[in-house]
Amino acid sequence: MEQTATHSLEHRDDTASKLGMWLFIFTEILLFGGLFIVYSVYRYKYPVAFHLANQELDKTIGLINTVILLISSMTVAMSVSAIKEGKKKLTITLLGITLLLALIFLVNKYFEWGAKFHHGLYPGSGILHDLGHGDTLFFGLYFFMTGLHALHIIIGMTLLAVVLLKVKNERINSGDYVLLENGGLYWHLVDLIWIFLFPLFYLIH
Amino acid sequence: MSADQLSHRLPSYLEYQGKYKGLLGWILSTDHKRIGLLYFYSMITFFLAGVVMGLLMKLELIAPGQTIMTAQTYNGLFTIHGLTMIFLFVIPGLIAVYGNFMLPIMIGARDVAFPKINLLSWYLYLLGALIVLASQFMGDGPPDTGWTFYAPYSLQTHTNVLAAVTGAFILGFSSILTGLNFVVTIHQMRAPGMGFFRMPLFSWALYGTAWIQLLATPVVGITFLMVVAERVFHIGFFDPTLGGDPILYQHLFWIYSHPAVYIMILPAMGAITEIITTFSNRVVFGYKAIALSSLAIAFVGYFVWGHHMFTSGMSDTARWIFSLLTFLVAIPSAIKVFNWTATLYKGSIDLQPPFWWALGFIFVFMIGGFSGLVLGAVATDVHVQDTAFVVAHFHYIVFGGTGFAFFGALHFWYPKMFGKVYNRRIANIGLLIFFIGFNWLYFPMFILGMMGMPRRYFDYLPEFHSWNVVSTIGSWILATGLIIIITNLLRGKKGTPLEIDNPWNGRTLEWQIQSPPPLENFEHIPTITKGPYERHNTEE
Amino acid sequence: MSEEKEHIVSYKNNFLVLIALLCLTFLTVAITSVELGPWNVSAAMLIASLKVGIVLYYFMHLKFEHVILRIMVIMVVLVFTALIVITFFDYLYR
Repeated sequence: MEQTATHSLEHRDDTASKLGMWLFIFTEILLFGGLFIVYSVYRYKYPVAFHLANQELDKTIGLINTVILLISSMTVAMSVSAIKEGKKKLTITLLGITLLLALIFLVNKYFEWGAKFHHGLYPGSGILHDLGHGDTLFFGLYFFMTGLHALHIIIGMTLLAVVLLKVKNERINSGDYVLLENGGLYWHLVDLIWIFLFPLFYLIH
Repeated sequence: MSADQLSHRLPSYLEYQGKYKGLLGWILSTDHKRIGLLYFYSMITFFLAGVVMGLLMKLELIAPGQTIMTAQTYNGLFTIHGLTMIFLFVIPGLIAVYGNFMLPIMIGARDVAFPKINLLSWYLYLLGALIVLASQFMGDGPPDTGWTFYAPYSLQTHTNVLAAVTGAFILGFSSILTGLNFVVTIHQMRAPGMGFFRMPLFSWALYGTAWIQLLATPVVGITFLMVVAERVFHIGFFDPTLGGDPILYQHLFWIYSHPAVYIMILPAMGAITEIITTFSNRVVFGYKAIALSSLAIAFVGYFVWGHHMFTSGMSDTARWIFSLLTFLVAIPSAIKVFNWTATLYKGSIDLQPPFWWALGFIFVFMIGGFSGLVLGAVATDVHVQDTAFVVAHFHYIVFGGTGFAFFGALHFWYPKMFGKVYNRRIANIGLLIFFIGFNWLYFPMFILGMMGMPRRYFDYLPEFHSWNVVSTIGSWILATGLIIIITNLLRGKKGTPLEIDNPWNGRTLEWQIQSPPPLENFEHIPTITKGPYERHNTEE
Repeated sequence: MSEEKEHIVSYKNNFLVLIALLCLTFLTVAITSVELGPWNVSAAMLIASLKVGIVLYYFMHLKFEHVILRIMVIMVVLVFTALIVITFFDYLYR
């Protein structure tokens, strides 16, 4: 805007904006994809260890977290409908619920990881080393992938918080809501990744 | 249109004074043309640093044993030479300079889809570059792993791998954002009447490349993050003592780094297409074949990465599958060469410096390509893998390919970007000396490789001595040619402004506007009525 | 070009999508608690892919987007799948 003259670029292109976000989502898919390649190779190489290590994870927390994220995807999708209908308050409420659910997810993760550390299960620990190669790789992947995922939850929360503020001061409204849609898309991506992480770490044996 | 131009000329993007003046007006600019030049000046600086590193390496290799540096220094030098040339020069390469500058104009747009993200790409490029270069001076010494950072050595060496891979990660982000910007720009911002199949072929090349930037780069990004996790947390993914597989590192690394070479070469081929077509004064031969072969190369190129790993310990099944796919990907590349040749046929050839660069490109790229066949066949590859043969191959392809195209494109679009012209006789002389030096430097490496000289060794057996002397002399001739070329271009910038906007009679949109272009490229966005290489392809 | 006032997804439909996803989630838990040997992984991955498809199509609005976007999504998934398959040409046959 500073160096380019103001009159010509006012022409808003929401399709371009949305396409840009989808392309970014593709890069995130490939980013986590690299880790899924690593996971599939080591599951193949250490099937027994992965089977046993899987028992160490708490299925209940995993399930609760899955349900939480699915609900939050619904609430953020609903918020898009709400803004299109011009219902500012409802939009804000739905976004707020999404953020709250995200926070609960992170709190659950915090306790989950805490329990693991308490039992001496973390990359580089003596106990993990004694458990052997397969367990080392399982937990290495567990911490790295859920950790990277949690980082993306935080990024998603930040994005949605910014979006919420913009809804509040009506910079996002029923005539201009592509930012909300894009924030929602990013949030759904975070959900998509977890949809795969959950069975791979908590369920399959 | 030319009457319009003569009657009132708009201030060019170089002269434009916006909110910020002077240097700030450049480093805060979101104008794609200024950003293109910002990339250009930074990249040339890093390129020249890389050339000095190369010259020093050749000087060390002029005789067996220690000549001017220790083995450790040599290892650090080939690492930073690779990192600099690959991540700071050829990967951003033609995309960041000519893509940024020309793409919007070529499709009839005023800028890219996301100008601020474009500037952010450049900032990330600089940041990543500085961190990579800082790795030379921090911690326990410059990384000595080679630019490929193979595990397990990269996990164990005390040298500053962390800074180097962190810098590389940030550079990857820059590349991803540029790719994102270009895909959206091409989809959304073409002028009225310009369907996909009326875009210039440079734009097609950039489109295919942008998809590679988007989909391949994240894989090396996550791989470098894993290397960091290994070095800091001993996570074990690639460490055999913890159960990891070093070959998996190679798989992940090359899943990016092979498509990366297509990031390097596709825009180069696109620029060569523009040059050959313009100086043949005719419509390009086989427009659709060239456009679609760009996409085919991008697509098939994702699946051939294992040909870098034939001697790593992969299964035999993987080896022959990768070899087969590798031979497949050569086909669309060959299609392009046939089309260039056919475009020359019955063209009205104008022998200008950019054209000589394009011919030089075809010559050296073909040699590089043929040597690639030796490497793509497993049976021959096992004899020359990790020898000087490979070094010769990729310098012919990358320096010969992207390098020649970069300088050819520079000579081609120079009048457009700066509104000036260089001395053409000196340009040709410089190119001739450079060309001779290039072949003098790199061809002996094929011979040395076949004789068995390993790469990345600072010492060698006495039987390799004479060809090494020949090669090193070649490096001095090449450097001389480069100096002449660059000096000539610099002097051209100081010359008088050019009277004409279209010195080469180009037909694509960038040649139909002022040289240098005004800030917003077009006074009125044109409506396209014909193909990009036809005469009179717009309506007023 | 401002967006056409396209189809607004009703709250009820969004809720139904959630119910479908929750059912599939519980199905995954059920299937993986039965010993199916190697089919456990395939079954779980199949259901996960179905869930991802539902999120993409409904929550992420792909159903209503331009067909080009759907093609892009499919291409990305295909490329990624090919990467895993080709990598396993190494590991399966070592």
